Amino acid sequence: MKIRKNIAVSDSGLVFNPENGESFSVNPIGVELTSLMREGKSFDEISNVILKKYNTEKQVFEKDFHEFLETLSNYGLLDKNEKEKA
Amino acid sequence: MKRKKLNIAVTGLNAVDSPGPGVSVIRALREAESFDVRIIGLAYESLEPGIYMHDIVDKTYQIPYPGAGTDTLLPRLEYIHSKEKLDVIIPNFDAELFPFIKLEKKLQAMGIRMFLPTLHQFEERQKVNLSDFGIKYGIKAPRSRVLYDMSTIYSLTSEFSFPVIVKGKFYDASVAYSLEQVRNYYNKISAKWGLPIIIQEFIHGTEFNVTGLGDGKGKTIAAIPMRKQYITDKGKAWGGISISDEKMLELTRHFLKVTKWRGGFELELMKNKDNELYLLEINPRLPAWIYLSVGVGQNIPEALVNLALGKKVEPFSEFKIGKMFVRYSWDMIVDREEFEQISIYGEL
Repeated sequence: MKIRKNIAVSDSGLVFNPENGESFSVNPIGVELTSLMREGKSFDEISNVILKKYNTEKQVFEKDFHEFLETLSNYGLLDKNEKEKA
Repeated sequence: MKRKKLNIAVTGLNAVDSPGPGVSVIRALREAESFDVRIIGLAYESLEPGIYMHDIVDKTYQIPYPGAGTDTLLPRLEYIHSKEKLDVIIPNFDAELFPFIKLEKKLQAMGIRMFLPTLHQFEERQKVNLSDFGIKYGIKAPRSRVLYDMSTIYSLTSEFSFPVIVKGKFYDASVAYSLEQVRNYYNKISAKWGLPIIIQEFIHGTEFNVTGLGDGKGKTIAAIPMRKQYITDKGKAWGGISISDEKMLELTRHFLKVTKWRGGFELELMKNKDNELYLLEINPRLPAWIYLSVGVGQNIPEALVNLALGKKVEPFSEFKIGKMFVRYSWDMIVDREEFEQISIYGEL
């Protein structure tokens, strides 16, 4: 569940893939999630951080987070070796 | 230390919506660190914008179209050389490379240097030969068939599934989804550029380009991959970004090693969903987006000039990733007298 090492995510939310030149934008929560993923945190660890910080249901967050991971994967931004562990 | 001033002639001043590389090449030369330049523009038509860009081009001469042959071109170049004492010529059009390659020795005897592919390299990578080129050098290229006769169109269905790409010998390409469309494009493109027409397998994927420079001995002096971000309706890049795809760089180094390519080039590549790279075209000259090479830290036109002058040029080892170019159009106000000068006297 790691973002590929060479993917750049700026504080403003611009995600740049230097291998194919594609760029995307993520919202502030997206920046926070990608930052936690970069730190190597597990799904549960990230879930705990977000649930402590924001007023949301665990089920709702986990569904959204899975969708977010799916999107990152579809755009080739996740480390393939790590994806299986997610 | 004062840098030596070189007189460099450059073609491709047509900075239009399907731009020639001349203006980009000149901008790179003007930023060269190893020499200073006086730029002599070589133009085919009176309205090539570069002619009127006086901070880009110092003096322009009209030259005859490539179709006129080397017997017409050589005396014109001799005249220009007598006025300007040319050190180097950089031709930037596919169609003019053949006469310039033919004239290389004569020009060298006059003291004018170029750094062009050999005639063999130039011919071998022609669109009509690209399939065989791929097989010979172990590079994936789309299957293709060369058509000289409209009646052979009907046999395509046994070899290709639609869509296919219909290409002209030098320029133009269209995607055809049926035999009817193939016939239309065959007529349209052959009327403009002549025969043959090339039918190429359509590879689904994302297009990338690599520009670079080979030293003619198999070494890669420069290589920069780019992804087009904004494409005009003519398929030209109006914006692009440098990327770091190692497979593309590997393929480029392989291409230069096995062909011993001499000079600048642009590879057009397609990456399919399985991340396989297909070589769609080899342009035997620098591309119109070559100024990006300066932006990423590899001044390819400067290196090309130094190679032409027989200097030792060390290969570039790195470039900046994520550098973009964004092209723009700009209206210049030009006095009628200037237009008159270039149109009537062939010089400005």
